[in-house]
Amino acid sequence: MKVVMAVIKPFKLDEVRDALTKIGVQGLTVTEVKGYGRQKGHTEIYRGAEYAVSFLPKIKLEIACASDQVDKVIDSITASAKTGQIGDGKIFVINLDHAVRIRTGETDAAAL
Amino acid sequence: MTLKRFSGAGLIALVLAMLLGIALSTPSFHSAYAQAPAAAPAATDAPAAAAPAAPAPPACDAKTLEKCTPNSGDTAWMLTSMAIVLMMTIPGLALFYGGMVRKKNVVDTVMTSFAVTCLISILWLLFTYSAAFTAGTPFIGGFTRAGMQGILSDISTGIGNPNSLAPTIPETVYSMFQLTFAIITAALIAGSFAERMKFSAMLWFMGLWAIFVYTPVAHWVWGPDGFLNSANSDAKFHVLDFAGGTVVHVNSGIAGLMTALMLGKRKDPGPPHNVVLTMIGAGLLWVGWFGFNAGSAVSAGMQAGMAMAVTHICTATAGFTWMLVEWMMRGKPTLLGICSGAVAGLVVITPASGFVGPMGAFAMGIAAGIVCYWGCTGLKHMFGYDDALDSFGVHGLGGATGAILTGVFAINEYGGTSGLIEGNGAQIIQQLIGVGIVVGYDVVVTLIILKVIDLIIGLRVSEEVEREGLDYALHGETVQ
Repeated sequence: MKVVMAVIKPFKLDEVRDALTKIGVQGLTVTEVKGYGRQKGHTEIYRGAEYAVSFLPKIKLEIACASDQVDKVIDSITASAKTGQIGDGKIFVINLDHAVRIRTGETDAAAL
Repeated sequence: MTLKRFSGAGLIALVLAMLLGIALSTPSFHSAYAQAPAAAPAATDAPAAAAPAAPAPPACDAKTLEKCTPNSGDTAWMLTSMAIVLMMTIPGLALFYGGMVRKKNVVDTVMTSFAVTCLISILWLLFTYSAAFTAGTPFIGGFTRAGMQGILSDISTGIGNPNSLAPTIPETVYSMFQLTFAIITAALIAGSFAERMKFSAMLWFMGLWAIFVYTPVAHWVWGPDGFLNSANSDAKFHVLDFAGGTVVHVNSGIAGLMTALMLGKRKDPGPPHNVVLTMIGAGLLWVGWFGFNAGSAVSAGMQAGMAMAVTHICTATAGFTWMLVEWMMRGKPTLLGICSGAVAGLVVITPASGFVGPMGAFAMGIAAGIVCYWGCTGLKHMFGYDDALDSFGVHGLGGATGAILTGVFAINEYGGTSGLIEGNGAQIIQQLIGVGIVVGYDVVVTLIILKVIDLIIGLRVSEEVEREGLDYALHGETVQ
């Protein structure tokens, strides 16, 4: 099992969710986050005073899935979250040791 | 330590105030009731004695100020004006400023406006109304209305004894209307020292400033015998200030600059946390300002109508001008910019409303947008003072610009005085003298007050409190 963690542009969330639902992803977790990458930050000007905004708002997704599904999930996110502009985000894949469904006590594959 | 000392002093003050209140209220209640029985039997006996019905009390006007009936139309408008001018400070100015600070200081910022409203109201009742708006000397008024005693408000016969400055409305209404000006003037200063001043020091400052700066200056310019009052024929100088360009805006803007200089810069200035709050505040200020300017006619007639029209024209023009200037200089039109421009327009037209016409207001709007934009950007950066929310840039500079341009665009037909465009260049000199005297007095007295408070309790929060935010450290509340 793997966790696919993706950081995407906030306005792409609905498209990504639809795409993941289509390939059979049963659930995901969403967090509002801030960060920077190659896009760096930007400058905001208020009454002539410039302020560097070094962390931009992003959405972080976490999707737990079976190992053989990982490529499909990655392709799906890549296709739906892409604008081609700098700041589209990143995808990280992490090993997942164990999973439990709290309601039933099912574990691992059955819990996903 | 300082907190303990402060609350101790506060408690003693509260007890003293209560005793004073009891002492003052008894005689004034007595005098009010003493008149009622005397008048009432006469009224009830008269019809029984057949023919001569008791003559209706005379209508209040400039010549009839004793036992007269106020004008209901004027009174209705002034009751409305008082309410919407109060709305300018809470929640208008509170939100306007609150949106411009960081989230960690928003409670402190909006609470400053609210606390100032309460504090200035109490002082007003006790003696500042009397000292500002009753006759005394050319420099300070009398104490005949201390505790608001001696105001006749007899509902059985519908008579009162209005203040000669507002002859057709009850004095209660006039006093409360003027109170809302005293409140907002003090609250405006907060824009300069935002995000770094101790709350206790702020309260001491506001109270002392209202007593030693606002009250005398209001008396000079608006008091019946004030030495700068254009309506007082014995005045040394005849300064036109319809709704407070000098008394309110130059006065608060300069005091703000002094606080910014005395407190020093913020350690970590940051961008506004919510410009939409600022926009809501600016909208409330705009609406309330019709009470401020048109209400300053203290009647519901021609002059109020023109004051309302020019207020709207100047404000819209100034907001649009600031937006265009910023768009040209910085590449983007901003919400904060258009809101700041509108407030600048309101400030600039304040002394002029009631004296200028629509096209004069249009020209003043353009001037407001350009001058105040420069004041908040170029001038501020040139000198490097931290006028956090631009009280000086908008109110100080805008108030002075408005006061001077009033001397240019005043039209005799609208307000009874001609300005430069009607050939009376001398009025500009009067305006400059007025601004100069107020600036000079304000600088000296404000600095003295600040220095004294700094020595006794300190003006500024610790660096740690400033970095963590004033909200939790000073008030124990936060906005998430």
